[in-house]
Parts: sequence; C-alpha cells; structure tokens
Amino acid sequence: MNIQRALARGILPLVAAFGLVSVAAPAAAWEPTKPVEFIIPAGTGGGADQMARLIQGIVAKHNLMKQALIPVNKSGGAGAEGFLEVKAAKGDPHKIIITLSNLFTTPMATGVPFNWKDLTPVAMLSLDNFVLWVNAEDPYKSAKEFLDAVKKGGPNTFKMGGTGAKQEDQILTVAIEKAAGVKFTYIPFKGGGAVATQLVGKHINATVNNPIEAVAQWRAGKLRALCVFDDERMPYKTKVTDTQSWYDVPTCKEAGVSTEYVMLRGIFMPAGVSPDVVSFYVDLFNKVRATPEWKKFMEEGAFNQTYLTGKPYADWVGKAEALHYDLMKEAGFLAKP
Amino acid sequence: MEEINALFHGFSVALTPFNLLLMFIGVTLGVLIGVLPGLGGANGIAILLPLTFTMPPTSAVIMLSCIYWGALFGGAITSILFNIPGEPWSVATTFDGYPMAQQGKAGEALTTAFTSSFVGAFFAIVMITFLAPLVAKFALQFGPPEFFAVFFLTFCSFIGMGKEPPFKILVAMMLGFALAAVGIDTVTGQLRLIFGWHELMRGFDFLIAVIGLFGIGEILLSMEEGLSFSGRTAKINTRIVIETWKKLPKYWMTSLRSCIIGCWMGITPGGATPASFMSYGIAKRMSPDGAKFGTGMAEGVIAPETAAHAAGTAALLPMLSLGIPGSPTAAVLLGGLLIWGLQPGPLLFVEQKDFVWGLIASMYLGNIAGLIIVLTCVPLFAAILRVPFSIIAPVIVVICAIGAYTVHNAMLDIWLMLLFGVMGYAFKKLSYPLAPLVLALVLGDQAEGAFRQAMLMSQGDMRIFFSNWLVGSIMGLGLLMLVWPVMGKLMTQLRKSAA
Amino acid sequence: MTEKQGSDEGASAGVSMRSAEVVVALFMLALGALVIFDSVRLGWGWGAEGPEAGYFPFYIGAMICVGSLVTLFQVLLGSQSKGHKVFVEWSALRLVLQVLLPAAVYVLGIQLIGIYVASAAYIAVFMVWLGKYGWTRGIIVGVGVSAVTFAMFEIWFQVPLFKGEFNPLSLIGY
Repeated sequence: MNIQRALARGILPLVAAFGLVSVAAPAAAWEPTKPVEFIIPAGTGGGADQMARLIQGIVAKHNLMKQALIPVNKSGGAGAEGFLEVKAAKGDPHKIIITLSNLFTTPMATGVPFNWKDLTPVAMLSLDNFVLWVNAEDPYKSAKEFLDAVKKGGPNTFKMGGTGAKQEDQILTVAIEKAAGVKFTYIPFKGGGAVATQLVGKHINATVNNPIEAVAQWRAGKLRALCVFDDERMPYKTKVTDTQSWYDVPTCKEAGVSTEYVMLRGIFMPAGVSPDVVSFYVDLFNKVRATPEWKKFMEEGAFNQTYLTGKPYADWVGKAEALHYDLMKEAGFLAKP
Repeated sequence: MEEINALFHGFSVALTPFNLLLMFIGVTLGVLIGVLPGLGGANGIAILLPLTFTMPPTSAVIMLSCIYWGALFGGAITSILFNIPGEPWSVATTFDGYPMAQQGKAGEALTTAFTSSFVGAFFAIVMITFLAPLVAKFALQFGPPEFFAVFFLTFCSFIGMGKEPPFKILVAMMLGFALAAVGIDTVTGQLRLIFGWHELMRGFDFLIAVIGLFGIGEILLSMEEGLSFSGRTAKINTRIVIETWKKLPKYWMTSLRSCIIGCWMGITPGGATPASFMSYGIAKRMSPDGAKFGTGMAEGVIAPETAAHAAGTAALLPMLSLGIPGSPTAAVLLGGLLIWGLQPGPLLFVEQKDFVWGLIASMYLGNIAGLIIVLTCVPLFAAILRVPFSIIAPVIVVICAIGAYTVHNAMLDIWLMLLFGVMGYAFKKLSYPLAPLVLALVLGDQAEGAFRQAMLMSQGDMRIFFSNWLVGSIMGLGLLMLVWPVMGKLMTQLRKSAA
Repeated sequence: MTEKQGSDEGASAGVSMRSAEVVVALFMLALGALVIFDSVRLGWGWGAEGPEAGYFPFYIGAMICVGSLVTLFQVLLGSQSKGHKVFVEWSALRLVLQVLLPAAVYVLGIQLIGIYVASAAYIAVFMVWLGKYGWTRGIIVGVGVSAVTFAMFEIWFQVPLFKGEFNPLSLIGY
C-alpha cells in the first residue's frame, strides 16, 4: 500500500525542479485583489487549524502577499461543509482550502457528494506521521510486546482512542488489527489533544496520535512512542525527550507490524481557475516553506516534508484516494448507497 | 512559599508600561468582541493572533488573555440589556439579569454581573497559583464515564424547577436534544436527521437558536406590548456601583459555592456553560428566595456569572499543564503558544517559568483592569436602554443577523434565526419553557457522546457509571438532586402529619 | 406558525389560545414523527457496543410525540374557559407583523444584496415607518451603523460578512 509513496519520493527531485520552474515563470501575472479566504475543514485547535494559522502568521509577518489571508473554520459534517463550499465557488481565485484525510474519508463515509477532482490541487505542504503511543507506566517497550499483549488479552479488551469516527485514526486502527490479527475497542474523541490526555489518564490503552498532538506528554515522560507508521524513520535527530529524538522511534515495519499510513496536509482551491492563479499560490507556498518559522514547525511536529505541486501532486492524491477506498471498503466504513 | 516568590517575579515581568498598555487595549477590545454576538473570544483571539507575532511571547499572551477577560465581561452586557446572550455561558445570566433590566435596574444588574465575574475569576486564579500541579492531576481522572456523570449532574440540578406544565417542559427539553443530534454523529460518523439536506450538516448551533429564541423573540414580544422596552425608565445613576456593592456581601454563600462549582467544571474540563447552568440550578434550590428566581433576583445573576468566570479562568490551567484546552478560546491560545515555540504540557511550568508566572500575574492584573474599565462604563451601558425603541430594535435585529451569520458564515443560519425568533415568541406565550430547550441543545451532543464512549469502554455495561468513587459520587449527587424536590415535599408532608 | 388564524370563538378579539396551542402541538407532533422516522433508518437498537446512532433520537422523538399528544388532549378536552383566552389580539398581532414581516424582507435582502446594504436600508425604513422619524435622520443612522459594522468586521477584524448574491459592494472593491 506504499507503492505510490515510494513513487512520490522518486519524483521528488524532479518536483523540486518543477517548483523552481514555476517560480521562475512569470508569477507576477496574477495577484489577489481582495482578502483571500483560507478555509479549514476542521475545528479550532486541531492539526490543520494550527498549520493554517501558522501560515497566516507567516504570510502576515513576512509580508508575502499584499492582501490578507483570513482563516475560516468550516468543520460541519466532518469537514464536508468546507469542501462543499469550495466546490460551489467554481472559478473563485480568492479561496483556498487546507486538507487532511477527510478529503477522502468524509465523502466515502457519509455519501456527501464531493471529490478532490471537484477542486484544483495547489500544493502538498507535508505529510503528517502517525505514531503508536502507550502510557509510559505500562510495561510494553516495543510495538511487538504491546501487540502480543493485545493478542493474549483477547478481542476488545484493549482500548484504542482516536479522533473522530471512520476517519484516519480509526482506519489506521483497523489496518493494525488486520496486520497483527488483533481486535481493539475503538473509542472516538473530538480532538487529538483530548485523546492524548485520555491516554495519560489511563482511560484508554493506546493511541495513534500525530507527533504534534502527543509531543508535550512524551517530553514529560507520561507517554511512550512505540513505532511510527511510515516506511522510514522520522529524520529529526535533535533530542526531544531526555533520551530520545524522533529519529530514535523505530518504524512499525522494523517492529514487525507492516502497516503504513501518512496523512496529507495540502492545499486545494476551487475548480476553473486559471494557471496564473495557481502558480501565484504555488509561489506563495514556496516562500512560506523557506521561512524559519515553517522549518521550526515542521521539526517540532516531526512532519514528513514531502512537497509536491502540479501533476505529481494530483497523481499522488489520486493514488491516495484509491488507497483510502480500499482501506475503508475492507473496514466496512463506506456509506450505504 | 515558593509560589509567592514566583508570583512576585511574575508581577515584575508583567508590570512594564508596555505590558500595562497592552492589558488595557486587550480588555477594551475584548469587551467589544464580547458585546458583538457571534464574534466570540475565540474569534477575536484567532484574528489578533498574527498581530502578536512581532511581540515577545509574554507580552503577546498578556494581551491575548486580556482580550479573553474582556470578552468574558462583555458577554453579560447584551444578555442583561437585550436578552441576547453573546456566549453560551451567558444564557443563565439572562434568566434574572434581563428581568432586572426591565424593572429599571439595569445598572444594578450589570454591576452585580461584573463584580461576580471578577470574584469568580479571582478565586480561580488564586487556585491556579497555589494548586496547579495538584489540580492538573485531578483533571486526568476524568474519562468518558466521569464526563457523562458531570453532564448528568448538570441536568439533574436544573430539572424539575419550572412552573410550566410538565409535558411542555418535556417537549421543550426533548426538542433541544433533537436539535443537538442534527448533523454528524461523532461515534459512528453517520449523518443524522438531515434528510439529505446538506446545508443542515453543520447542525443547529446553539448561538443561532439562542439569538433567535431570546433576542428576536423578545423584540416580537415587546412590539406586542407597544413599541417599547420597559427598561426605558432606567435612571442614570453614577453612584449605582457603590450602592450595589453595599448589597452584595450578604450573598457570600452563593458566591463561594459558585466559585467552587466553576473551578471544578473548568478543570475537568466540563466548561463554563455547564458550570453556569449548574450553579444557577443549585442556587435556586438552596436559596430561601428560590421560588422568586427568574423574576429579577440579584442572586440569579451572581450564581451563573461567578461560576462561568471561575470556570473560564480555571480552563486555562489544563491548557497550560496538560495541553488540552478547556474552551474554544483556550484552544486558539494553545495554537498561539505553539507558534511562539512554547510547548504547553507538564514541562511548561518547569522550563518556561518567566512565561507561566508572567501569565498568571497578568491574570490578576488583567482582571483588575477589566473590572475597572467595565464598571466605569456601567452608566454608559445602562443608558443604551434609553435609546428609543424604533431605533434600537432594528439595530438589534441587524446585530442578531450578523451574529447568526458569523457562527458558520452561512446565510441559512440567518433564516433559521428568524424561524427561532417566531418559535421563541410562540413558546413564551404558550408557556413552553426555553431554558431546558437551550440547556439540552448546548449539552445534549456532548452528553450523548460521553455516554456512548463510556458504553464502548464497558462493552455496554451500565455499571461503569458506578465503577469508582469519583464517577459514583458525581452520579449519586445527580440522583440526589433529582429526588430533592420530591424529598422536600415529603418532608413538609411528614412535618404536617406529625403536627 | 403563530399567525395561524381561523379561530371560531372570539374572532373579534384575536387568535384564541386554544387554536395556537393546537397548532404548536401538531407542529411538534410532526417534528417528533420526523425524528423517529430518521432514527429508525439509522438503527435504534442497543448494539453490541452500546447504543446505535438512532437510539437516543428515537426515544427523544417518541417523547416529543407523547408530550405533544398529551398537551393536545389537555387542550381539546380542557374546560371551555381556557379555550376563550386570547393568544394574541388582532391589533397586537398587527404590531408584531409590522416587525416580523420587515425582518423577513430584511433577511431576504441580505440574501440578495448583502448584510451591509440591506442593514442600512432596513434601519432607515424601520425608523421612518414605525418611528415616524424624517428620512434624513433614518438614512444617517442606517448608513452610520452599516459603516461602523463594515469598518469593524471587514477592515479591522477582517471577518468577511455575507455580501449577497448580487454584491453591490463589488463596485468599491469588496
């Protein structure tokens, strides 16, 4: 299930070149003439919201755009509200949207009619990792030990907490169950921060929080990171806790669970906009990525900094959609027709 | 007394002229944001966050938290003057605050509300100063069953108090629950009660319902009585603050109880809204004047305001020490902390002493600054009621429309607001109570979510709600509240038969 | 739904309490039935892992229906004296409609020409029509309030408000 990711990596140098080309192209051809609405299809305080507000801050601080960038949360219906609005705003050059996996999961799980093909892909900013966490006071030192204990305990004795229902956390939980032959009780919560706290309070046994959602508790020695669901380790070697850096967390494959999953953090805009408009925004995000604030944020959240634009980005999204369809079909999460 | 030293260090950090200026700007902006319904504290902070990136983190967070205090204070103003709660936790304030204003006691009601807010917030700050680590541990005890128990207790302490026909209370409350269920189901991810109409997906926001039911409904009612708000006779009295203060000390018991309820709910984090309802309900039960609640009793303003603000303030503690926000505003502040490179969590108190104690010191100062600012403006606010009805009424409708729109940036919500307005008018005249409806709408979703999470945990075993001392005692307290009215009646019966 | 008329008794006085009660109870009954209908679709049982999505809504809908039915019977079988009470007198209803109808027109106006322009017009018309102010004063207050909100939301807080399907402000670049 990671072929397309390997593919994406392969095209990476090419993409970098592509990005440069788009910078060199006459980027000044179009500029926003009024404030740009930046839609966040998730609630305040979550991962997408934090990233969007950081981008707003960077754009304002470094004066990257003459008009303001205004984040607006449209989280209704697991994000469907935001996507439907962008879909409806065909040809509007003053609207962009940041996506997470709900770009795929929400229409599949609820049957709300929208698809990424209704939007114009602008840029993939990064991929967000998922890490398997347990409470530090529990005896499990590795993913294998933990999953063995889960298997021994029997189905539904161990509780996995996650954000939302039939979204990335639950999909990943089902994938782990399939790979390891175990069964968790999945308990949905409203946000990643709450999930981490529930784990610290021992109300649940494990989580698949994104690094940024759990890092504070990790540093305080309350949680333990067992493995990361990516095909290679996170590249950041600065010590985060007293003894470990993100790089020290093994991949789940090394730990014997061949499950991989990453989440898209990318930008889309309405369909029917001219190439000039798209290249303006691509250029804008190139500048955002070059700032020290962005680099620091990437490192703190241990993001996978794959950056794609144009056709490679669209191809990646298409493959990710197929992957989600398979995963959700297997898990029985697809909406009844 | 390590905390005292740290606190004084904090004061020295916070008390620069620049920071003091930011404090006053923040409070003023906050009051403005709080007054405009729909533009809540969370919005205000989100919008101003980028502006603060150029400041040092301590100054920035001082300004942002002062906006937060200001917004908390400001929320009470529209509730009392126009029956339009700008924030969820101001709803309970309208029950007695608005009748007071109608009786020409707007100044008194405002002063009472502001002073209570201050007392509640101050109590919570003192608690944060000295008990932070202990309290943070307590918050970790709260899993889904405990959350459900808290919601259960809120409902129980509020239920069974109305004088309306019982079946109408039932219908109103259930309507609230039904509206809360509209939208996506958090546990299964299914769309509920939208009948294929995708505009409804975002659900019925509490604010839109409240703006319609209370705000527009009230305008229709006062129109019927002939073009006037009864508060028009309000005297403008500059000494109103002092006069009101003289009356307040006798309610110290209500105040103390509300502070404790508020702190507890803020930390758990049940939040300010359940805190305000619970506190109002319990005050009504305990007060000798309980029967007169809802007709303009000062106690009915003190209880919800004190609790809401104690909770709002205490909610910052779990954000700082655990990284979980207790309110939407705290969530945005949390985003801000991350951008400044500060990592909320257990280590923040160890690694960022300057920042944390500066913030705590600014809570003391910001609250005092806020109180001074809003109290000086009391006569000014009260004077708004003297504006003729035919000017103020359309302006209120405009503000309501803007408020309804800003919640989700959706045109449909303005239509819904109008519909709720007609409903509020009809319900009020047919004595369907609005309070249970609103309470169910605010908490219904969360209560159901917590219940079903708990059921998932226990695989459908109800005994989980009595599985440890904490959840058991909260549930027990709830049941006690539920049978309280019956017990009261029994006691009187017994006494009678004995005599 | 309140303005439903057709009361036989006390037609000279206004809408009777009784007919208003009946209309609202029937409305709630229909709403309850709607909720039950969708809950059944979602599944209203108690599954292996606790209640299903429609479990609570089902009972909520059921209780709305029961409550409305009881109210309905109480009203219909109730004493005659209760039936004679007046829900709203015709003259008062006229006053209420004087506010409600312009408000509805105003919301429609927002839909078409946006919050700012519609608000200015609404305030001005309301003041002149119901408050008997002169046009000059009405327009000054209306435009003034709109301008202040515009400055606050669009410029200061940068919260874009609804500009309508035919946005007249696009002429000045918004």
